[in-house]
Amino acid sequence: MLIKKPDDLKAAEITSKEMYVNRRQFIASALGTGAAFAGFDLADVAQAHALEKLPNVKKGPAAYNTSEKLNSLKDITSYNNFYELGVDKGDPAANAKYLTTKPWSIAVEGEVKKAKTFAIEDIMKLAPLEERIYRLRCVEAWSMVIPWIGFPLSALIKQVEPTNNAKFIQFVTLVDPKRLPGQKPSLFGNSIDWPYVEGLRMDEATHPLTLLTVGLYGEVLPAQNGAPLRLVVPWKYGFKSIKSIVKVRFVEQQPATSWNKMQPQEYGFYSNVNPAVDHPRWTQATERRIGEFLRRDTLPFNGYGEQVASLYKGMDLKKFY
Amino acid sequence: MVTWLKPVTFVACLLPFAQLLYRAYTNELGANPIETITRFTGSWSLFILLASLAVTPLRRITGWNDLIRLRRMVGLFAFFYATLHFSTYMVLDLYFDFAAIAKDILKRPYITVGFSALILMIPLAVTSTAGMIRRLGKRWQQLHSLVYLIAILGVVHFYWLVKSDITRPAQYGMVLAGLLGYRLYHKWSAAPSRRANRGGAEQESSNLANARRGEKLASRK
Repeated sequence: MLIKKPDDLKAAEITSKEMYVNRRQFIASALGTGAAFAGFDLADVAQAHALEKLPNVKKGPAAYNTSEKLNSLKDITSYNNFYELGVDKGDPAANAKYLTTKPWSIAVEGEVKKAKTFAIEDIMKLAPLEERIYRLRCVEAWSMVIPWIGFPLSALIKQVEPTNNAKFIQFVTLVDPKRLPGQKPSLFGNSIDWPYVEGLRMDEATHPLTLLTVGLYGEVLPAQNGAPLRLVVPWKYGFKSIKSIVKVRFVEQQPATSWNKMQPQEYGFYSNVNPAVDHPRWTQATERRIGEFLRRDTLPFNGYGEQVASLYKGMDLKKFY
Repeated sequence: MVTWLKPVTFVACLLPFAQLLYRAYTNELGANPIETITRFTGSWSLFILLASLAVTPLRRITGWNDLIRLRRMVGLFAFFYATLHFSTYMVLDLYFDFAAIAKDILKRPYITVGFSALILMIPLAVTSTAGMIRRLGKRWQQLHSLVYLIAILGVVHFYWLVKSDITRPAQYGMVLAGLLGYRLYHKWSAAPSRRANRGGAEQESSNLANARRGEKLASRK
């Protein structure tokens, strides 16, 4: 009988990565189901343990990393706006189990010389992964400090060589009501037209703060935070930072964006954080940092004015909100 | 009257508040506790307000007249949760920033209607005592028909603050429409016989006064 020595066996031969990830997802959902019968919801706990550590993550440039106190992983992964997984803040964590992310590919197309569809695994190799500690300011007037992991979107843009006609980029989220149950038609119709779409001007997209994000807190992104690939644009309201991206399209005209289509007088294309322009239904002058009691003042461009204010020189930001 | 009806209703109406205290104590109000408390107290206020409006239809349909004696308590609980709701906003959310509160009330329609609903509840709560019912007589019924306006303002308040998914405010709206529709239907279909008994509203308030007198007598015994 042939008995292999331990070093004859490569880790990958024992269990492939896909296999163990799938197995973990299965266990997580099985645990979740069992727990649901028992009246507990273990799904997010199990899910959190199923996430892979991201190797070789460097610290991002010091100038971009805030030294403010981080929000806990629990806060970041249990208080989410991701309507595709449910409209209540706790829904995305509860429904995270449905959003499987392997395999996953991202089509990059439109006004580019080298249109290409990337597997998520290849996207992750496009540039060294960095940890970026950013403030996130939601349009609902709450905020968090989150250690994202990713690399500048510009690294992806370079790969496909945009043409001179590329003036904007549109981003598109997955549509799949099985994996994103919030997309199932509801009794009152969906107020958001799926897929969720977002967009940036080219200079915003290539700004070094704009992060193509694959992880947080050292691990791959949890589903409720927009796995496996999302955008983080820290000087804009959170809804601009689109989640679970499947398509990146370079276009000449300013693209449609989901919240703007729905309520144009409340949500603009730019949606830069701006304490001087209130949301029609609530103030944007102050915000509640999750974990703090008293509200704090909201900063123009969410405190990134030094880096990004120049992008909007000469624009009336009350008009282009 | 069955003796358990009132205490059971009282405890049932307090259960949400107890649950809220328990969740606060065990640190289970989530990442944004102030938002959780605001929504929780707001939803329960609206729910209990609708429950108070369901008392009369239920009484008429089931013929269980004792139910009417729960109406005041249920209505006062709606006011209790509405007060908690506004206090959460004033104290926890804006921390006595009265300039910001005044600006909100004047400038933001959903807060304007929500605040109006709360203010309109005050005279109803104040005049909910048996003495007031007696003193105001016919006008008591007129004053308390404000509850219909309050409920409409409450639902509109909820509807206007939602960002995109209107399912829940729509559910409240449909229940309210049903309750108001029932009253219109009842008024319309009962109109001829009503004229015969000198107006149903009056009838109702004198029923209520009789019920209260009966209760007093009972408690004196």
